[in-house]
Amino acid sequence: MNESPPAPSAPAPASTRDLVLTLGVVAAVCGLVIVGAYQLSLDAVTANRRAALERSVFTVIPAATSLAEFVALPGGGVAPATPGEVPPGALRFFAAYDAAGNLAGIAAEGVAKGYADSVRVLFGYQPGCQCITGLGVVSHRETPGIGDRIVTDKAFLANFRALDARLNAELSALASEIRTVKHGTKKNAWQIDAISGATITSRAVGKAVNDSAQALLPRLAPELEKVRKKP
Amino acid sequence: MSTVAAPRTRDEFLEGLWKQNPVFVMVLGMCPTLAVTVSAVNAISMGLATTFVLVASCGLVSSMRRLVPREVRIATYIVIIATFVTAVDYAIQALSLALYDALGAFIQLIVVNCIILGRAEAHASRNPPVTAMVNAAGMGAGFTLGLVLLGAVREILGAGTLFGIALFGAGFQPWVVMLLPPGGFFVLGGWLLAFSWWARRRERREPASHA
Repeated sequence: MNESPPAPSAPAPASTRDLVLTLGVVAAVCGLVIVGAYQLSLDAVTANRRAALERSVFTVIPAATSLAEFVALPGGGVAPATPGEVPPGALRFFAAYDAAGNLAGIAAEGVAKGYADSVRVLFGYQPGCQCITGLGVVSHRETPGIGDRIVTDKAFLANFRALDARLNAELSALASEIRTVKHGTKKNAWQIDAISGATITSRAVGKAVNDSAQALLPRLAPELEKVRKKP
Repeated sequence: MSTVAAPRTRDEFLEGLWKQNPVFVMVLGMCPTLAVTVSAVNAISMGLATTFVLVASCGLVSSMRRLVPREVRIATYIVIIATFVTAVDYAIQALSLALYDALGAFIQLIVVNCIILGRAEAHASRNPPVTAMVNAAGMGAGFTLGLVLLGAVREILGAGTLFGIALFGAGFQPWVVMLLPPGGFFVLGGWLLAFSWWARRRERREPASHA
């Protein structure tokens, strides 16, 4: 602060014009640098995001080789997703296709409050059996060694090999709500056996899957033909 | 201060790396230090990102030191630092999304890292560019060293791995608390103790060897 410079930096206060000019020039140059950095990295960042998305969808739907993004509109109907914001009330989902271009499964994200923060999951849905056949965790901040076992625990992930997600007769909701039950008490195909000691996180996963399936599947069921073939 | 002879340059570099180590001696930048050091990879990436911002902004601040009026210097420094941080942020997103997610908001928070503004104000604004950048590189290296020392210990104890490579057999029960926030404080406390012990021992020996 108490600079006693050998350099000829002016000890007299600078004029307002100089101050404005300095800040203006610095801000303008920095702005240009930021735009340049953004433009240079944009392609790589977009490709990275796409690759990460494909990787997680292909994990929950192993048969898939390509995917398309759709939105289920609030008034019913399904439309290809446009880049940018999802329209209000619409639900985003991914249709995954095998090498022949046939539907290999539907993937959708769900989110629920876990122990520390939101737990985001991606699940794979098979219209054929009306069941959930894969689960991946997109992001979480659960306790290492406890809650984060939802990512690795084989017994827990086995719940999502054929988790019942049939719709009721009116196609308005799931026939039976997907629920996480206490470790060791799973009786039905729509129940998830919690990890012992990580019940709160297990419940969050169940709630995330249930909420998302309850909202998406009734809208998707009448429109399934639209996503059958690769667009 | 302004003559750049070789030993002088080395001293400038070593000052940040050792004598004035930002983590263990000055105890600055504790927020990223405690938050991102759950693994050695995170620690080294955070250290390198900070070092880049530090060197680049100190170089620029130093070369502009006679053009920027004193009244607006802090604002100018912050804009310069923020610009480099934004560039690093995009670069990390382009390199690896997994790393970007692991470091989270702490990349953007490099802007308010007091080590950087501190260097810009206390050193770069009154020294020629080369000296300023060497000093900044030393500080950055010191910060990276501190982060990696913390990250390595926490990863070894908390996950049984180092740089993702398993060190112990399957029978190893990880000491999970080391990955949680309290573990950061435990390990930091341990290193601070070690550093002050070294510093004291050197102090006691040095007069004897000079005599």
